[in-house]
Amino acid sequence: MSELPNELRYLETHEWVRNEGDGIATIGITDHAQDALGDVVFVELPEVGRVLAAGEESAVVESVKAASDIYAPVSGEVIAINEALEDAPETINNSPYGDGWFYKVRMSDPAELDELLDADGYRDVAEA
Amino acid sequence: MGLRTPLHHRHLALGAKLVDFGGWDMPLHYGSQIDEHHRVRRHAGVFDVSHMRVVDVAGPDARDFLRRLLANDVDRLKTPGKALYSVMLNPAGGVIDDLIVYLLGDSRYRLVVNCGTADKDLAWMAAEARGFAVDIRSRADLAILAVQGPEAIPLVEAVLPGAAALIDGLKPFCAASAGDVFIARTGYTGEDGVELIVPGAAVVSLWDALLDAGVSPVGLGARDTLRLEAGMNLYGNDMDENTSPLEANLGWTIAWEPAERAFIGREALEAQRAAGVPHKLVGLVMSGRGVLRAHQAVTCESAPGSGEITSGTFSPTLGHAIALARVPAAFSGTALVDIRGKAAPVTLVKPCFVRRGQAVVQPAD
Repeated sequence: MSELPNELRYLETHEWVRNEGDGIATIGITDHAQDALGDVVFVELPEVGRVLAAGEESAVVESVKAASDIYAPVSGEVIAINEALEDAPETINNSPYGDGWFYKVRMSDPAELDELLDADGYRDVAEA
Repeated sequence: MGLRTPLHHRHLALGAKLVDFGGWDMPLHYGSQIDEHHRVRRHAGVFDVSHMRVVDVAGPDARDFLRRLLANDVDRLKTPGKALYSVMLNPAGGVIDDLIVYLLGDSRYRLVVNCGTADKDLAWMAAEARGFAVDIRSRADLAILAVQGPEAIPLVEAVLPGAAALIDGLKPFCAASAGDVFIARTGYTGEDGVELIVPGAAVVSLWDALLDAGVSPVGLGARDTLRLEAGMNLYGNDMDENTSPLEANLGWTIAWEPAERAFIGREALEAQRAAGVPHKLVGLVMSGRGVLRAHQAVTCESAPGSGEITSGTFSPTLGHAIALARVPAAFSGTALVDIRGKAAPVTLVKPCFVRRGQAVVQPAD
């Protein structure tokens, strides 16, 4: 099984979210997801300032294999996007939990984090 | 579990991501499809394509049989070793398969057909062979390696020193045998290189020697992006049994002369040619962000109707998306592709994007 940090929360649709404290969360896709997609060639990120509802389509990843919608794990306003991905989308393959992050939000309801999968729960989904 | 080539354990040891290709477990990539693509364009790569099927056809009527079976004319093969690309048609002019046929010697031919169609092809050939004195032999005992790229030939020569002079003398689309290695200067990448057909028992040591010499293993993912950049059709994507070769940019492979040669599908193609061919296969390039993919719809402001992308991808060499699309014959200039509900502008081009490592994009006729 691919790498799955214990401190993150996960969606069944292969996004991860990291609670940065102070109501801020960072979102990306899992190692399992980048492996299944293959080389990422483009990523379309939300605009800073956009208000996302949990479950909403927030980004698109285009790999050599397919286009995939990325869903918002938590509700909130986008406060930063990873602009470096535009010129180096392969960072998502090389560092899915680090430099390959997608965007950050100011959460409107941090309690939503508690409803997401933990690493063990996601592992069960991803391995199914 | 699918069928496995003799190199299965080599693929596993190299960390290949294996996927199903027509019932076979084949390597999609060994880490990065894009890196492997560049290795072939810039250096040399080797593909295990042992899932493809070799079919040997021999006997007193072999020539007459193949002149009836294939839309291209094996009479163009004047000397042993010469090769020909052809489609095999049904009576309605649809493409049963595309293949390469080599003249081995007097009344002896070798065909290499696609993996997913091999059983269907063999059944069709057996049925059509009635009345011909011909022996059709499926050679599932043979393995095939494609070694492609600007450095491919010197590296193969280094691995097969006894055959170096012979390989040096091979013209494109020609083949020769050196011991039990059949060497053809053919490929599916738009680069120079060879395809090596060897007994299954000999392929592992040949693979190991090529890797030791510096040839990179390349998966079938990069094979698809390389062939698409080269503008080469993929059976099942760009043509099938319901597609005429005249609508698949394969008119050049039809040997219309001599007019009395009654190949299967000829009448249907002549009728279509006389009536006007309603569609054409063109190339598309998209300079904007995003990726063109098969089955996306194509429309054109200057002509009615709509077409469809048959193969699309991100081109690693060009750095943007390219595609083959079957569109109404009147389409020209620019068009729009429906990408997930957004209309993306594209330019129609000749269906060939990269040759010998260089961009060759030209406006469509």
